[in-house]
Amino acid sequence: MFFGAVIVLFVWSVLHTAWPALHQFGFHLVTGKSWVPGTGPYGALPLIIDTLLTTLIALLIAVPVGLASALALLYLIPQRLRATSSALVELLAAVPSVVYGLWGLFYLIPWLNKTLDPFLAGITGSRWPFSGPQEGFSVLLAGIVLSIMILPTIVAISRDVISVVPTDLIEGGLSLGATRSQVLTKVVLPSARTGILGAIALGAGRALGETIAVAMVIGSNPQIPHSLFSTGATLASTIATEFGEATGSTGGALAALALMLMIITAAVNAGARLLTKRALASK
Amino acid sequence: MTDLLDRLPPDPILERRAVIQQRAAQTIGRRTLISKVFISLMVLAFLLALVPLGSLIFALLQKGLSSISWPFLHTLPTQPSLIDQNAIGGIGNAIEGTVIIDALAGLIAIPIAVLLGLYLCEATSRAANFLRAIIEIMTGLPSILLGVFAYEYVVVRMKTFSGLAGIVALAVLMVPLIAKASELAFRGVPNTLREAGLALGARSSRVTRGVIIPAALPGMITGILLSLARAMGETAPLLLVIGASGDWTWNPLKQMSALPLLTYNYSGSQYPSQRAAAWGVALTLVVMVMILSLGSRFVAARLRKERR
Repeated sequence: MFFGAVIVLFVWSVLHTAWPALHQFGFHLVTGKSWVPGTGPYGALPLIIDTLLTTLIALLIAVPVGLASALALLYLIPQRLRATSSALVELLAAVPSVVYGLWGLFYLIPWLNKTLDPFLAGITGSRWPFSGPQEGFSVLLAGIVLSIMILPTIVAISRDVISVVPTDLIEGGLSLGATRSQVLTKVVLPSARTGILGAIALGAGRALGETIAVAMVIGSNPQIPHSLFSTGATLASTIATEFGEATGSTGGALAALALMLMIITAAVNAGARLLTKRALASK
Repeated sequence: MTDLLDRLPPDPILERRAVIQQRAAQTIGRRTLISKVFISLMVLAFLLALVPLGSLIFALLQKGLSSISWPFLHTLPTQPSLIDQNAIGGIGNAIEGTVIIDALAGLIAIPIAVLLGLYLCEATSRAANFLRAIIEIMTGLPSILLGVFAYEYVVVRMKTFSGLAGIVALAVLMVPLIAKASELAFRGVPNTLREAGLALGARSSRVTRGVIIPAALPGMITGILLSLARAMGETAPLLLVIGASGDWTWNPLKQMSALPLLTYNYSGSQYPSQRAAAWGVALTLVVMVMILSLGSRFVAARLRKERR
């Protein structure tokens, strides 16, 4: 009951601080295209777009790699290496996010500048989506760092839901003459579909709300990105970088950002829990 | 007999099966090849997933070890100036701040969370289900929101940044994590144990105290240590509420310093010496977090062994 009270207080605190801003700016807070801290206007559209974009990039990288890793951990890696491999992936989850930010700042930025950005720009001939100046700090880099951070979540959850796929189904597939890859892609993955969606949604929830690592590598520049090389700022990173200097109306606007972030992540997480629960219970 | 079989009408299933078998035989070479390529790609993807981990550990050790020394670990930080850019001092008070904040947050969170876990394990009402769903969602909420919460309730009320606000934020972060872990631990206790206790004539509360809690202890301790490790590495909530301190602060009502926050601040410093030291701070933090994470496995394994 005490805890229930804490939650009520929690939601109330955010609503309470955000209320003046909500009242004053209304829907402009969500749809406004320009965010200028200190003086306003406070339009969170660029932040929302950057948040969704970095999460999308992270998922595009982490979902294929994560699913392949989960399958590899369950079926492909030699038995005696499995425990060690699982522990290594879990180690990725134990690293604090500020350390990922540090690593992105000092290791990935030089690599992006020297190797990845010119390579990507070369593919499209410096046209969209790989156009514009290559500064290292970018939504692309934030997406890459996020993809590494959500990988353990996706691997661990999808491994759990895939492991409850009945052995009968797998053996049935193999006995019909299907090859191993055919069984994995046409039997195992489809029957674990719901749970995998849940794992992806959990990963997305984590990427949407990640703060410090993103704040360190995205360039903290609230603008609607014109390419993947643009700097940006997400909902969470903006709260982190601007809260310290926030005065008057900015504080309220930041609380409104917190409210948006809370609604988005709570919805995504609730959906994710529903999916994984159903997947694990149905077996 | 053979006549009889010959005179049967053609069986569509058998015919279909013959076609399939023929197709399978024709394509087996190609399919095996595709399968091999595909499986190698998957293992490759897994190895690719380990590359960042390797690079991260390499970076931490290479850059971190060179900035860590005994004085670095137990002295106070100093402010570098244009004259002496290398005077960064140590991180002693940040280690102390991290330990105090994490320990006190744990002290607040553990009793609440364990009771909550016990309640969730025993209760089956709709209220309990609702609470369980809320806890699940809370574990996924971005930690920065807890910073906003602590700011609103502690910093604004006290009119100053303080370690206490950080403690409150981290405690709220830990409660759902520990509650979930201890609920699982309580659920893992076999019903026969409880029934044996009741059959011996013990009251329900005595069974909980004397049987259920000890049996669930390894799982609970694992969950608690992992949550402490997770909270120790959190930067975002502390960034909003604990302020900064260059001195030993034993009073949580004052501003404090903490390792994750120091890593963040040093990484954006204008002095190259502080940027380099960020790796030393990060390495110290990672070692402390790892001690808790690995310790959780060790303690749990130890307790389980003793029980046998």
